[in-house]
Amino acid sequence: MRKIWDFHGGVHPPENKHQSLGRPIRSAGIPPELTLPLNQHIGAPAEPIVTVGQKVLKGECIAKAAGLISVPVHAPTSGTITAIEERLVAHPSGLPTECIILETDGEDRWIERTGIADPATADKATLLACIRDAGIAGMGGAGFPTSVKLGVNPRGGGIDTLVLNGTECEPYITADHVLMRERADEIVAGARILQQLVEPKETLLGVEDNKPDAIEALRQACQGEDMEVVVFPTKYPSGGEKQLIEILTGRQVPSGGLPADIGVVCQNMGTAVAVYRAVVHGEPLISRITTVTGEAVAQPGNFEVLLGTPMSYLLELSGFSADRLQRLVMGGPMMGFTVPDPAVPIVKTTNCILAPTTSELPPPPPAQPCIRCGLCAEACPASLLPQQLYWFSRGKEYEKLEAHNLFDCIECGACSFACPSNIPLVQYYRASKAEITQLKRDQAKSEHSKTRFEARQERLQREAEAKEAQRAARKQAAEARAREAAEAGGAEQDPIQAAIERAKARKAAAQDGEKTSQRPAIAQLDPAELAIERARAARAASADQSPEDKARANLARLQERLAKSEAKLAASRESGAEANIIEALEAAIEKLQPKLEEARRQVEALPGEPAPAAEKDAAQLAIERAQAARAASANQDPGEKARANLERLQERLAKSEAKLAASRESGADDTIIEALEAAIDKLKPKLEEAQREVDALHSGQEA
Amino acid sequence: MALMSVTSPHAHGPLSTARAMQTVLLACIPGVAALTWFFGFGTLVNIAWACLVGLASEALALKLRQRPIGLYLNDYSALVTATLLAIAMPAYAPWWLILVGVSFSIIIAKHLYGGLGYNPFNPAMVGYVVLLISFPLEMTSWAAPRGVNAVQVPGLWEAIQLCFVPGSIDAVTMATPLDLLKQNNSLSVEALWQQNPQFGRWAGEGWEWASLGFLAGGLWMLYRRIYTWHAPVAMLASLALMAALFYDGGGPQSTGSPLFHLLSGGAVFGAFFIITDPVSSAVSNLGRLIFGALIGVLVFLIRCFGNYPDAVAFAVLIMNFAAPFIDYYTQPRTYGHRTGNRGSS
Repeated sequence: MRKIWDFHGGVHPPENKHQSLGRPIRSAGIPPELTLPLNQHIGAPAEPIVTVGQKVLKGECIAKAAGLISVPVHAPTSGTITAIEERLVAHPSGLPTECIILETDGEDRWIERTGIADPATADKATLLACIRDAGIAGMGGAGFPTSVKLGVNPRGGGIDTLVLNGTECEPYITADHVLMRERADEIVAGARILQQLVEPKETLLGVEDNKPDAIEALRQACQGEDMEVVVFPTKYPSGGEKQLIEILTGRQVPSGGLPADIGVVCQNMGTAVAVYRAVVHGEPLISRITTVTGEAVAQPGNFEVLLGTPMSYLLELSGFSADRLQRLVMGGPMMGFTVPDPAVPIVKTTNCILAPTTSELPPPPPAQPCIRCGLCAEACPASLLPQQLYWFSRGKEYEKLEAHNLFDCIECGACSFACPSNIPLVQYYRASKAEITQLKRDQAKSEHSKTRFEARQERLQREAEAKEAQRAARKQAAEARAREAAEAGGAEQDPIQAAIERAKARKAAAQDGEKTSQRPAIAQLDPAELAIERARAARAASADQSPEDKARANLARLQERLAKSEAKLAASRESGAEANIIEALEAAIEKLQPKLEEARRQVEALPGEPAPAAEKDAAQLAIERAQAARAASANQDPGEKARANLERLQERLAKSEAKLAASRESGADDTIIEALEAAIDKLKPKLEEAQREVDALHSGQEA
Repeated sequence: MALMSVTSPHAHGPLSTARAMQTVLLACIPGVAALTWFFGFGTLVNIAWACLVGLASEALALKLRQRPIGLYLNDYSALVTATLLAIAMPAYAPWWLILVGVSFSIIIAKHLYGGLGYNPFNPAMVGYVVLLISFPLEMTSWAAPRGVNAVQVPGLWEAIQLCFVPGSIDAVTMATPLDLLKQNNSLSVEALWQQNPQFGRWAGEGWEWASLGFLAGGLWMLYRRIYTWHAPVAMLASLALMAALFYDGGGPQSTGSPLFHLLSGGAVFGAFFIITDPVSSAVSNLGRLIFGALIGVLVFLIRCFGNYPDAVAFAVLIMNFAAPFIDYYTQPRTYGHRTGNRGSS
């Protein structure tokens, strides 16, 4: 007797299998329309290779596998493709998916089939291709592509045990049971092909002890084969892949690993039959055995049903009373999920349609507080602590959930079944798993964005630094130029610069003149004066200058230099130049002033009489004219002078205020603003005085 | 057709909280019958009055906490707390003693901590300890058992009178065997047994039968899978082991035989009805073994070297403190993992 192991936990729900075991497998026939979802398996959905309106034969491939983890879809009977569109399917999400709709013609005409009569002669690659092309995906419930599972072990290492899972531990379901009972030979033939593919040391057919007739049939079929039927006590969920492997081998699949990691490959009984039919008869997977049971159907039983058949079609064959139905479950009562509509199709993984009445599977009662009874931990086949997981799920403590191995939960529902407080534990775990998965996805995404952001920041910083360096270089160059200019002072300057300086000087001098009455000469730098200067310059060029002229020219030059220096000073102050430059300029001005005084005295010391008219050249005449004009202006009456003075002052105030406003707006230096304010303050009393003068004059005239 | 959309599992096991609580109440019957036979109707009156107070306290607390009263009263948990406390108290306890104890258990020890499932301490034992510390005289005057010194136990009417009009009838009280043994320091165990008829066969007239009654009830609950064997067996085994270690051949300094310790006082009652309270005990089977064993050790130490004659309540409360700590270090190894999760998070 082979040693069998036990796994931790498990529960014993009422089996309810006898209802559907009374009849042999019936054929469900051909419904008028078949709905074939492109995704009946785990992996990428198949890609349609037919067009709407196209006629297809039974077994013809209508959608090809998209990638490695994918399987094709075949037409279950002959007919016409009427649509490729989204339809509701049996999926826990309840969302519609892409389906091919086939209108059957009832002729059931096969496409040409090529089977391998003796698979033992075929090589592995041929067999695998055959299985893959037949669209076979695990028929126990998960629907993993069979050829992938049978292919090369991705982690290396050999397979020593091939397990065929005939446990069917879920209550109500008998699809595998009747298959073993009626088609044990096909199972064994399929198992032989599987043996050929994985080359195990031993092949074990695991069956729970509640199926004596199936065990008997399998044992008969296994005679003379290198396989063993292993029987073990009934307990839910011994049909879980991991649990069955532990029962049969005593080994546990490592967390996060595959059975292949411990040298085991596990296949469902139905899958073995599908493999046999595909290899030997060349028939793709187009039908399966499905149990229809529950108290809402009058004649529960098992059907051989074409994939794509609407569930409602099968229910009607079973004497279904719609008014007694309260939910429709695909799969068993422990792990099955409710379907949104009875019209959804049978797919490769539909082992059972359960149509219970309300009394049979009452709606879940309200959950009561957890009393920490620990029955869930006793029931858990994964040796988890469901109670702790429940608390952590409620508190959304994802790290603790992971530390307590939430992801080792197989969602078998044993804990919820056992819970005396009716807490929907599995629902909490599913939600938490989904949240953690989403969180991880988000984290990966934000990690990616973070890397990108950091790279961008780095690039921007590099650019900014380069710009800054350029700016610094430019600034340095500018400063160097400014220093050069300052050093050059009034000395040699290029002509353009000189011209600019002159223009500036004129402006500044005009202002300064008004400011300081001590320097009337500069103040009067009006067009007349300019003319005088020009004339003088011209005369100076004419060599024979009188001493008088020389003195005058000297004075003018000095005045010009002073004006220039002052203009420069004003400009420097305005532009906020360095203090040393300003000081230097001020010193220069101070030096100039005594010289200017000297020159002025010289000029005044000269004889008042102009030279004889005869001697006067054109230049001299011009001077005289200009001087006359000046004198005329000097001879203005006091009222006019005062008024002119007032106007000038008003103009200056307005200008200064405008400047101040502009400086404030442009955010100039506080020192500049302060200086401007001070200037305005000084101007105001002057203005008032001028006003008073004008008023006095007026009143004098009026009086 | 509107189809229900619910997640698996669709089937649910037969056990419910209410059913588990009912089972506990039923399991009390043999022990309570023995107590009633040997000590009269006092225990039954205690239980009846305690249940009334318990239900009223529970309803009041639920109302104050704005919880659905009907739903929670139906879980029978208040009845279990009240019944267990009433059994633990001396028969013919005055009505106010039970009122204080039960209402404290339900309102303070249970609902102030968040109600069913959230209380860190066994509510019945909290109530018991509060009474023992506050009213030591009332809590230690035990009625004499039937047949000892030709005592006639009170009838039902007398029991009710004793409960609600304390002192109206002179009841015969007697030191319990645990007290006698503790105070003894001159006689050998054998001589002590002969001198005091209340010692009965093994552990005290009446007491031993009540203990056996509770043992029967506990075994029935084990059979009904209300809890696992781990905590009760560990507690009784460690208590017996301690008693054997200190038995001292039955001389004057003996602390009593293992059988005496197992069957006297509240040892069996505590093992099957108190420390098996799931809410306040350790969760895993290994944890429950440790939890139970340490309670057994504490019961022995407090009985023999402490100031109180019986010790189950104190031992349980002390170990309630330790339960989360035990849980922390006794997490099981998950399927497919090489090592357990002990001590991590």
